[in-house]
Amino acid sequence: MAGEKAAGEKKPGEKAAGEKKPGKKKPAEKKPAEQQAGQKEAGEKKKKVKKHHASRNPVLARGIGRYSRSAMYARKALYKRKYTAPETKIEKKKKEKPRATITKPVGGDKNGGSRVVKIRKMPRYYPTEDVPRKLLSHGKKPFCQHKRRLRASITPGTVLILLTGRHRGKRVVFLKQLDTGLLLVTGPLVVNRVPLRRAHQKFVIATSTKVDISGVKIPKHLTDAYFKKKRLRKPKHQEGEIFDTEKEKYEITEQRKSDQKAVDSQVLARIKKVPQLRGYLRSTFCLSNGVYPHKLVF
Amino acid sequence: VFKRFVEIGRVAFISFGPHAGKLVAIVDVIDQNRALVDGPCSGVRRQAMPFKCMQLTDFVLKFPHSARQKCVRLAWEKENINEKWAATRWAKKIEAREKKAKMTDFDRYKVMKAKKMRNRIIKHEMKKLQKMASKKGKKPEKPEKSEKPEKPEKPGKVQKSQKVQKAQKAQK
Repeated sequence: MAGEKAAGEKKPGEKAAGEKKPGKKKPAEKKPAEQQAGQKEAGEKKKKVKKHHASRNPVLARGIGRYSRSAMYARKALYKRKYTAPETKIEKKKKEKPRATITKPVGGDKNGGSRVVKIRKMPRYYPTEDVPRKLLSHGKKPFCQHKRRLRASITPGTVLILLTGRHRGKRVVFLKQLDTGLLLVTGPLVVNRVPLRRAHQKFVIATSTKVDISGVKIPKHLTDAYFKKKRLRKPKHQEGEIFDTEKEKYEITEQRKSDQKAVDSQVLARIKKVPQLRGYLRSTFCLSNGVYPHKLVF
Repeated sequence: VFKRFVEIGRVAFISFGPHAGKLVAIVDVIDQNRALVDGPCSGVRRQAMPFKCMQLTDFVLKFPHSARQKCVRLAWEKENINEKWAATRWAKKIEAREKKAKMTDFDRYKVMKAKKMRNRIIKHEMKKLQKMASKKGKKPEKPEKSEKPEKPEKPGKVQKSQKVQKAQKAQK
C-alpha cells in the first residue's frame, strides 16, 4: 500500500519533498525504477518500434470496405487484444461505494431495539409524463440576462457615424460597450459638441477609420445607471405645482463636466497624432447626388 | 477607320468573365466567334475564348500561329508587355477607378479638402488674370504681370494633384 503510494507519487516524475518515513524505501525503489528505464531504452534500441499494420480492410469504393465488422474483429485478432484498465483504481473506487442502509435505534418495549433503514428510498410518486412539460416562459430571459453582441467592425477607437438623435450625421469616437449593449461614445466635446453619450449599435455606421485608444483609461463609474434619464414622479396631489417641479431643463452636472474633461484630454491627444482627423470629426456625413450608400465603402 | 485588328499575337484585355481584367495574347482563331488564347504572364491558361469578351489593345507580339506557351511567354517578356501596359492611360484609368471605389469615408474627406484647396488656388489665379485682362481693356498695361501669376499657378496645381493622388493612395 505504502509502496504503491510512493510509486504513484514518483510516476508524475516530479521531485517529491523528502519525507523521513518512506525515505528509506525511496532510494531502494529508485534503483529498480532506473533499471527499468534503462532496460526500456535498451529494449527499444534492440527491438524496432512496433510498426502499425496497414489497413486489413481493402477498400471497394469510398467508404465501403470488403469485410464486415465481425469479419474485421476476427482479422484484427481483437479477441486476443482485450485491454482492461489497471485494477487498483477500480478496486479502490468500488470500495468507496456509498452506504445503502443504516441501522437506527428504535424506542419502545419489545420492539427489537433497532431497525435497518434505507438511506435513499424509492420515490413515492411517479409522474405520468416522462419529461415534464416546459413552462410557457421557457427560454425567455429577462433583458438583464440577454446576450450582448457587438459587430466585428466596431472596436474601441472606431470612428462611428451617428444616424439618429440630435447628433445625427456627426462622426464620433467609440470608447466601449456598456452592460446593456449600448455604445459609450464621445465627440470629443471640443471637436463636435458630442459629449460622453450612449449610442445604439443599430443606428450607427462603423467606418474603417480607427483611433488608437489602447492606453486610454475610462473611469469605471460611467455605467448605464450614470447615463439613465432621471424623472421625478412624486407629485403630492397638488395640481397647481406639478408641472413645475418635474425636470424641465436638463442641467449639466459638475461630475459630467469633470468626466468629460478626463476622457477627452486622453482621446484628443491620440486624435492630434493623425493628420486631418480632427477636421474629419468636425465634419458631418451627408449624401448627395450620385452617392449611394450601398456602393460606398465606409 | 479600324486601327486594331484581330491577328496572331494581338494582346487583348479581357473585359468580363472569370478572367476579367487580365491581358491575353491571341494565339489562333478557331471560328468566327472564338479564338485560342493564352496568357502565360497573367495567369490565364491556354483556352478558347469568345471575341466578345476581349478588347484589343495596341500591342502585338511576334510568334507563329499555334505556338506553344513557352514561345508566347518568351515573346511577352521580350516585349515587356506588363510594364508597357501599366504605363498606358487605359490601365491607369482602370487603376484610378478601382482606387476610387475603395475609398473609405476618411479618404473621401481628405480628397474633398485637397480638391477644395486646389480649386481655390486656381480660382484665385483666374480672378487675377481676369482683373489684368479687364485693366488691359481700359488701359494698355504690361503683359509681364500675366506671366507671373501663371508660374505660381502651375506648381500649385501640381501640388494639389499630387495631394489628391496621395489622398487616394494613402490608406491602401
